[in-house]
Amino acid sequence: MRRSSAKPSLWVLAVREREADVIVVGGGPAGLAAASSCKEAGLEVLLVEREGSLGGILPQCIHTGFGILETKEDYTGPEFAEMLEKRARDLGVEILLDSYVSRLSQVGGCGASIEVLSPRGVETMRASTLIFSTGCRERNAFEIGITGDRPAGVMTAGTAQALMDLYGLLPGREVVVVGSGDVGLIMSRRFALEGAKVKAVVEITRYPGGLTRNVVQCLEDFGIPMLLSHAVLEVRGRKRVESVVVSEVDEKQGPVPGTESEIECDTLVVAAGLVPEAGLLEKAGAKIDPLTGGPFVNEFLETSLRGVFACGNVLVVNDLVDHAVEQGRLCAMSAKSLIEGTMRRPSAWKRAVPGENVRFVVPHLFSGDRDTVFYSRVRSPMRDCSLSFNEIDKEVRIRAAMPAEMVRVRIEGSLLSGVGEALTFEVRGWPKGKRG
Amino acid sequence: MPFRVAIIGAGVVGSAVARELSKYEGFEVHVLEKEADVGWGASKANTGILHAGYDDDPSKFPMRARLCRAGNELWRGLADELEVPVRWCGSLVLAFDENERRVLAELLSRGRSNGVPGLRVVGTDLVQKLESNASKEAVEALWAPTSGIISPYEATVALIENATENGAKLHLETLARRIVVKDRRVVGVETDRGFLEADAVVNASGIFGDLLSGTAGISGFRIRPRRGEYFVFDRDAEPKVGMTLFPAPRPETKGVVVTQTADGNLLVGPNAKDLGEKERESTETTKGGLEEVWREASRLVVGLPPRSAAIRTFAGLRPEPDRGDFIIEAYEDPSGLVNCVGTRSPGLTSAPAIAMEVAKLLAKGGFRFAIKGKWKSRRKAMTRFRDLPSSERDGLISKDPSYGRIVCTCETVTEAEIKEAIRRGARTLDSIKFRTRAGMGRCQGSFCLAKMMVLLSRETGTRIEDVSVKGKGSNVVLGRVRDGT
Repeated sequence: MRRSSAKPSLWVLAVREREADVIVVGGGPAGLAAASSCKEAGLEVLLVEREGSLGGILPQCIHTGFGILETKEDYTGPEFAEMLEKRARDLGVEILLDSYVSRLSQVGGCGASIEVLSPRGVETMRASTLIFSTGCRERNAFEIGITGDRPAGVMTAGTAQALMDLYGLLPGREVVVVGSGDVGLIMSRRFALEGAKVKAVVEITRYPGGLTRNVVQCLEDFGIPMLLSHAVLEVRGRKRVESVVVSEVDEKQGPVPGTESEIECDTLVVAAGLVPEAGLLEKAGAKIDPLTGGPFVNEFLETSLRGVFACGNVLVVNDLVDHAVEQGRLCAMSAKSLIEGTMRRPSAWKRAVPGENVRFVVPHLFSGDRDTVFYSRVRSPMRDCSLSFNEIDKEVRIRAAMPAEMVRVRIEGSLLSGVGEALTFEVRGWPKGKRG
Repeated sequence: MPFRVAIIGAGVVGSAVARELSKYEGFEVHVLEKEADVGWGASKANTGILHAGYDDDPSKFPMRARLCRAGNELWRGLADELEVPVRWCGSLVLAFDENERRVLAELLSRGRSNGVPGLRVVGTDLVQKLESNASKEAVEALWAPTSGIISPYEATVALIENATENGAKLHLETLARRIVVKDRRVVGVETDRGFLEADAVVNASGIFGDLLSGTAGISGFRIRPRRGEYFVFDRDAEPKVGMTLFPAPRPETKGVVVTQTADGNLLVGPNAKDLGEKERESTETTKGGLEEVWREASRLVVGLPPRSAAIRTFAGLRPEPDRGDFIIEAYEDPSGLVNCVGTRSPGLTSAPAIAMEVAKLLAKGGFRFAIKGKWKSRRKAMTRFRDLPSSERDGLISKDPSYGRIVCTCETVTEAEIKEAIRRGARTLDSIKFRTRAGMGRCQGSFCLAKMMVLLSRETGTRIEDVSVKGKGSNVVLGRVRDGT
């Protein structure tokens, strides 16, 4: 084996070092919001972004739907990103672009040290608090078990979007989309607007994954068919996609033999879900929640590494950018209180746990000392239902709960303080379904 | 007048032959490859094992037995000279019952007669010590300490780079249609880009070996595709299997193995499915095939990651000769033809030994071998930023800031490395991928694809919409958006 391995004693001497109160890793919406709030709170903050520009994935999302909760106005992705960036720049946040964090480790029991690669060289940066906002990645065709050939023309929705809206390139003319989440729906419309023919949106569950509004505006208005309870099994084509094989699926999402059919197309767009990019956190020893793919956090959005916080899609895949921004702000407040010594941790944390028809709950731990915002999603769609708890007297009515829509709830500290060890989140029929 | 040799096929065998012949005075070596890069047939889609040499019965498969053992030895020097990543990790063949124990005993005695060093049968305790991830159900194992793992595509690239540096000429996207014979002598190769005159033709066309041989009038054997499917896991995935784990072999295959690639990915496969004569490009994966691979692999290892954690699945075709053994022969009629086909497993291991065989066969034709005065034995590997300590990374960045721009964030591949790959001949996204690993990580290129397109277009002066994944007909995009420039 020819390759050499890193020798820590040498690199520490060779590289430049930086220090700050807070390091924010990732300059998407959550990170930008976190960095601005830190700066506003009087903290010295360094924002480290791996790309040459800010905003994360927003600059390629040219549709509207951004910032409604935050601003009461409906912005496009690039517009909203620009606002977040302008605020950070106006506040004087120090921003390091083209800066890739190659290593993260906890130091001294609180905060973190990172190694940053950039055209400036290799630097280490230390801070007593670190806010991790690295976003997520898309699941690829192999991860969802698609077999067959491996030609050009199979790509994730985000790649197709970047090609179209950042580079002005048309990825395909006859398209099949896997996944009817909002990403898949919006990309279907985007292709249709370019004159491409979207032959089908293929959805493995019995119901559309995205918001009803998007099903109407992105598919029905363009006459794009959706195949529910269907899966793409196979890609065909040596050099470029020539067709895909789809079939119906049974209750367990397995293909039903004899229902296969072939759809001719030149492109397969995979919009089959997002995975938090929490690898660096995990390697640094942070505990990961298998239900979200992101880190376990307490009500301060602090991971199991003291002084290391997480927000945005690396914490939990959000559907609204506003929630990512809100999480970023909370991380900033937490960093401030930790630095100022006002953060009060309970002697024992209470747990927030998913129950009936709830897939996950974030944050995972709470003290009961203050009002806390929780994010969760349902497993399957339900009409006329409510989010309720056995342990406390609270019930939030939901007209139509669906996996695509995050259920956000703020629970008062006065209620939470009465919880014993755990609070169970359940979504059940309303009003009769409530158990005594 | 130099003696002109046309090698058909730039797989690992053809490339090894090119490298061998480019050592000597008096040869003019041309390599014809139908794909847009080297090593894109069986050479890139296999397990990458450098077999120790105990598998093949010398009475049935004398070539395989002899050349595998010799090749394993040759790769030790060659991997160093060509700076190809290789792990000499050893392997274990696991036996689960009495029948399989008898198979191990057979392999042991065969291995000894083939001259394989260090071979021994070990009990459960030592198996667990050697590879803690090996199944606890295994009652015994054959330990082959000389077995290794190499990056098969990088090996092929390295061989051809060294060959071309020593004067060989590589013709990519050039399909050999027919070996042309006149007066019982080979006179050249007819390609889709015209006729290439040659004094000798080495047929290293892998899965198409019998068809091309037939064009020169030599038939009498057939090559059939045997497909094998694989799962690849992320470099972070556990368990990290240190040794290659085999089941007891069956006549048609050494079985599904679990190993770690030279780059550090958990790799599981292949099964063995015989395909029809026409299915020579059927490299598709199948649901059934992958299920079979998974079932078999689960026997060998404790605690495989979930199947859904695989970041890629792929399939390759082994060129299976009906005669069983490698076909490495020259002929009186036509003279000048050297067949070098049927190079199924252990073809990768044997490649450097096969190349020497080919040279010997050419020598019988009266050619005298003298090593060139200015022959360069060494090839320099691409920079591998990912594997360097921080102080060296910092040094590289200070010389060239594009080492500080990470293009593939999953595998930490820099812009400078991608430019280096392009300078060294990569013209497609797959060529960049196999040289640098950009796009081989968990996101499978979804973050870096567009950036690589921009680099490829800028560095080669081609339009971005002409960038392809793997050559003609595989463009990434089909045009520009309507309001585009």
